[in-house]
Amino acid sequence: MNTTARELWTGRILLIVVMAVTIVPFVSLFITALHPPGTYPPGLALPEEFHWNNFLLAFDAANMGALLQSSFIIELGVVPIAILIATLAGFALGHLNVPFKRTLFIIFVLGLTLPFEGIIVPLYYQMRDYGLLNTQLAIILPLIGLFMPFAVMWMRAHFVNMPQELSEAARMDGASTWQLFWRVHVPLSRPAIASLAILLFLWTWNQFLLAIVLVDDPEKRTMAGALGAFQGQWGTDIPLLCAGSLLILTPTLIVFLVFQRQFVAALLQGAVKG
Amino acid sequence: MSTTWSTTDKASSHPSAPGPSDDLRRKRRADKVRRLRTGLPGLLLVAPALAFYGVFVLRPLVATVQYSFYEWNGISTATWAGVDNYVRLLTDPDLLGPIVNALQLIIYFSFVPVVFGVIAAAIIRKMGASRLAGISRTVLFLPQVIPLVAAGIMWTWLLATDGAVNQFMRVIGLDGLTRAWLGDFDTALPAVGVIGAWVNVGLCMLLMLAGMTKVDPSLYEAARLDGAGPIREFVSVTLPAVRQELGVAIIITVISALRSFDIIFISTQGGPGSSTMVPGLEIYYLAFFEREIGQASALAVALTVLVLIVVLPLNRLTRSDSDS
Repeated sequence: MNTTARELWTGRILLIVVMAVTIVPFVSLFITALHPPGTYPPGLALPEEFHWNNFLLAFDAANMGALLQSSFIIELGVVPIAILIATLAGFALGHLNVPFKRTLFIIFVLGLTLPFEGIIVPLYYQMRDYGLLNTQLAIILPLIGLFMPFAVMWMRAHFVNMPQELSEAARMDGASTWQLFWRVHVPLSRPAIASLAILLFLWTWNQFLLAIVLVDDPEKRTMAGALGAFQGQWGTDIPLLCAGSLLILTPTLIVFLVFQRQFVAALLQGAVKG
Repeated sequence: MSTTWSTTDKASSHPSAPGPSDDLRRKRRADKVRRLRTGLPGLLLVAPALAFYGVFVLRPLVATVQYSFYEWNGISTATWAGVDNYVRLLTDPDLLGPIVNALQLIIYFSFVPVVFGVIAAAIIRKMGASRLAGISRTVLFLPQVIPLVAAGIMWTWLLATDGAVNQFMRVIGLDGLTRAWLGDFDTALPAVGVIGAWVNVGLCMLLMLAGMTKVDPSLYEAARLDGAGPIREFVSVTLPAVRQELGVAIIITVISALRSFDIIFISTQGGPGSSTMVPGLEIYYLAFFEREIGQASALAVALTVLVLIVVLPLNRLTRSDSDS
């Protein structure tokens, strides 16, 4: 009994220390964002007066309105299309009799570990030839392709587990493949689709490399890509840089905290299946 | 002896019987046509995904390999260079250095988070449904959710000369050790590594926790009854149970080390000197600033191959028997 209590306390203290180390950077960012703009505040010191106004200043200085608009265009271009075509492919590969099923699946899986850096150079010239450089499409189109390995694998894993009897019954009632998909399987797949949508939303928001290479204008980038540009711009105005960073990372925190369960489930299952 | 006989027998009997084999062939062909026809709707459903993947991933992948054999500045005509770019990759310290740095980063991005993740998960599992366990699970995972760029900005500030890290060291009397962590040749790479470790711990913890919750609690009881302490219990019960998750955690974090770009771009830009230069960043500089497309592509191929070399054996380790 005695050892259990001691173990428990050691465990608690260790956990609290690790949590503190995780939280301190966020706190430091937040406190620094409240210092007078243009100053170089020391570490974790509280300012004499809280400059909440910094968030507004950063919002204006970064032209955050235009940025948000661009980010949403990119999200709207990537997430629904990626979800739709990955669900179709996952349904076919997981549930239907498709010729070359295994080969097709292996081709998709091959892309799972591919580093984006490995294809960024030709992607740049490809986008230049299409005349898409410096437009949101230059980020949207490749991102859909790059998400396919994970998305198809994730949806296939879902459809593999759907009972065949269900489809047979629908076929008996005269459903075509298309009807079977939309009327029977999509409604039943909502949780799997929702999890994937949350993951893709965050990955798109956070995408940096494609954004800085394919789009010069920070106001046409993803949020993370724009953040990279601020750093150069306001490298010296630390409080504003911190306020801007907070503005950009807060939506991701909110999405995560709200959809925590689906997010974690998707990530774990996807990771282990990979 | 007898087996040799029987195989030659079978092989020779096949072509010598024209009637049934002709029938068989026709039937097989009809089968194939039918399978293709019934399979066509399925193929059509896969087509859009395959098209995006093919045009924006596979095609550039092939192009990278192709570019890597040329010398090209992106504007004038490319000239065939054979394996020159690869030879330079292996002999030029400026190009080999980033790869060595990336391999070193594996210690920080993978090894450290996996160890901390396992420990944290073991503690959290023991706490069961307590509030602390729930909160810490969420908190530890937060760094995974924010853009890596934001993580880079936070830590650049923490590790600065007047940042919180130095402030803390002064408080506990380690004044002598304070420095600009990211600007010092000796500490820049480990400092960048710490950022990666901070980001990856949560993912490792979560993966381990998922593995541990599958363990039958009676196993722990049995271990306790046999007089196992917490460490013994961990080694004999927990670790074997999370083998697969451990493999996954290692794969994901090792890949994140090899392809590190965002954090380094923001915090050090590869410097000081080239002490934190990594392949991803070097590809970016070579291709878009020095206009050495061929050399950048050769490095990109090397990076891709390196990831595969590391991942494939690890992947075999994690494959469980129940995999479909």
